[in-house]
Amino acid sequence: MSNARSLRSAVALVAVAVLSLFLFGTAHAQDGEGEAFSGTLRFGGEPVEGVRISVVDAVGEVVGEAVSGSDGKWQIELPGPGTYRATIDTDTLPEGVSLRDPERQTLEVTVTAGRSRPLIFALGEPASRGPTIGEKLAQAVLNGVKFGLIIAMCAIGLSLIFGLTGLINFAHGELVTLGAILAWYFNADTFGAPLILAGVLAVVVAGAAGGGVEFSLLRPLRGRRLGGFQFMVVTIGLSLLARHVLLLFFGPDRQRYVDYALQAEWTFGPFAVTPRDFTIMALSAVILIAVAVFLQRARMGKAIRAVADNPELAESSGIDVDRVILVVWAAGAALAAVGGVFFGSVEAVDWLMGFRLLLLMFAAVVLGGLGTAYGAMVGGLLIGLVTEVSTVWASPEIKAVFALGVLVLALLIRPQGLLGQRERIG
Amino acid sequence: MEFDVIFGNAARAGLGPQAAIFALAAIGLNLHFGYAGLLNFGQVGFMMLGAYGTAIMVATWGGSLWLGIPFGLGLCVAFALALGIPTLRLRSDYFAITTIAAAEILRLLIRSSPATDITGGPFGLQAIANSFYDLNFLPDGRFGIGTFSYSSNQLWVMIVAWVLVVLCSALVLGLIKSPWGRVVRAIREDEDAVLSLGKNTVAYKLQALAIGGVIGGLAGVIDVLQQSGVGSENFEPQVTFFAWAALILGGLATTVGPVVGAVLFWFLREGVESFIRELSAENWLPNVLADFLDGAEGAISVVLMGIGLVGLMALRPQGIFGRRRNLHLGT
Repeated sequence: MSNARSLRSAVALVAVAVLSLFLFGTAHAQDGEGEAFSGTLRFGGEPVEGVRISVVDAVGEVVGEAVSGSDGKWQIELPGPGTYRATIDTDTLPEGVSLRDPERQTLEVTVTAGRSRPLIFALGEPASRGPTIGEKLAQAVLNGVKFGLIIAMCAIGLSLIFGLTGLINFAHGELVTLGAILAWYFNADTFGAPLILAGVLAVVVAGAAGGGVEFSLLRPLRGRRLGGFQFMVVTIGLSLLARHVLLLFFGPDRQRYVDYALQAEWTFGPFAVTPRDFTIMALSAVILIAVAVFLQRARMGKAIRAVADNPELAESSGIDVDRVILVVWAAGAALAAVGGVFFGSVEAVDWLMGFRLLLLMFAAVVLGGLGTAYGAMVGGLLIGLVTEVSTVWASPEIKAVFALGVLVLALLIRPQGLLGQRERIG
Repeated sequence: MEFDVIFGNAARAGLGPQAAIFALAAIGLNLHFGYAGLLNFGQVGFMMLGAYGTAIMVATWGGSLWLGIPFGLGLCVAFALALGIPTLRLRSDYFAITTIAAAEILRLLIRSSPATDITGGPFGLQAIANSFYDLNFLPDGRFGIGTFSYSSNQLWVMIVAWVLVVLCSALVLGLIKSPWGRVVRAIREDEDAVLSLGKNTVAYKLQALAIGGVIGGLAGVIDVLQQSGVGSENFEPQVTFFAWAALILGGLATTVGPVVGAVLFWFLREGVESFIRELSAENWLPNVLADFLDGAEGAISVVLMGIGLVGLMALRPQGIFGRRRNLHLGT
């Protein structure tokens, strides 16, 4: 959240700077004279009147003074080029208004010959009042829900593939990265498509890739009487392969999508959220609910649950198990790609993002109950909450430690997971 | 294109200390999975503890290297117990997920800023192996011919590393042929049957986990000796996967499998990287391709490794020396 705050002030500063430059341009055209300082004082968009600003030269002699007018503007002519120190008199600020950064009450600025320099005294809420522990906690919970929903979405496929085939898919993280990187290519790199269109395209391609892996590689291998371990090795090989192909073409740097990169936050009580993140949370929740309804109501959803429960029984009652597995691979990959696009939008896109997320997904599915879709949802939310809330007290660089710690704790207390059935752990 | 250079580089890597380190890690994994059926995906955690235990004793606490090595290996035993007691009763997939998570927890903690005073955080620790090189009885100067030319200290590390590889292979072979080994292999085949004979299967599995972990810890110790330093970036989860790749290539549940696998793994990996470096310098290549290949040899070799693993599972899942009937181990 400190990121969001500093982002917000950065946007404000840039806006003020641009505005001041514009004002300076007109002022310069009007009098055409030499060196000067100028600026506009605003608080919450309203001009601030009657604030005294004074300028001293290098030896400390006062060379000029000004009081901001009704439009918040002020200007001080300078005797010549050189270095000056401009100070805003905080006693003349209206009640409830203060400098955003008390350190910047005095600015030291060098002026070259014939140039007027805009100065920015950013006014805002008193910066000395940092967020309280309650506000930090509220923001961490919000972030936790945001990341938890994304982790949950990514993890559903992982959990269902395990439930259907007993396979731990080590390449599931790469499906997340694939979605995020494809969306970046469509959005920022070559095509310049709007992010929503780029994301949809990426999800379709990633879903096809997941289905393709199952159809063209895993299904033929299943006929060869390999052990579960060999399938795990195949997914490890696929994961190494996919990750480094992505590295080769995408490069090692972090990239951002073009759309929705900078946004002002909406504030609800103690929560501050950008419209982008709010939309992502809402969409994630809708998608998760849709998946649940699908599994509960749709014919294919019921078939998926039947196969996860008992593949032999499901097959003997006429369910096409291979087709069910194919659908789960494609849909699971597509969901992972959606998670990747959302995650890339909230943070950034890089070639290792999915692999880093994989351990959190593992934690989520084990915590919720390996093999169940609802377990992945509950586990994902919990893992997201634990990681983000831990940052209120602990250093953010070890937030994943808490998630993995919860995983170990869960195994100790309730190894079948929150929603798992006792028999599954064997 | 100079194929003798490529072959020389590959052979150097196949005989070098890195291959010995991976051979040790793979020997430990072989005991874990090949014989005891424990799906350990956190071998890098044991390597890290062996390495950091040694380094912390020397660089942070100013102790002796000869105290540091047993300390590091002791940490491996402690890690095995901490990891095994809660999870060994669970099914193997749970064990796999827990081990990979635990190793990554360790790495994140070691490189975090609160731990910097002890572990050096992101900077690691240096100047650790001086008393190891003081023991070097080889005369100064260079040894060997052509590409295979080593400094006295390089040769010293290699001799110690490969002697350890042979000793650990012999140890595992001896253990497996012993009554203890028969129980462990029986647990792998049918845990319930062994339980019904009154054996404490969890205790046997814990012992196997600890012994294989200590062998992995030795790999970490060699790593510290070899570079006389340690850094957390050498212990990413990928290292475990590479050790697995070496083991699978050689063949599970065989004595020579992990060693030959590790040698071949490094031979092939360095061979591919050398080949690509040489290729990207060729004049006849189109510029686009040369630019793409330039500096990409590391990623390309891992891509080929991934293809190799998938291909191996499709064509010869038992590896070079393995037996097909051992394919259904543990899972």
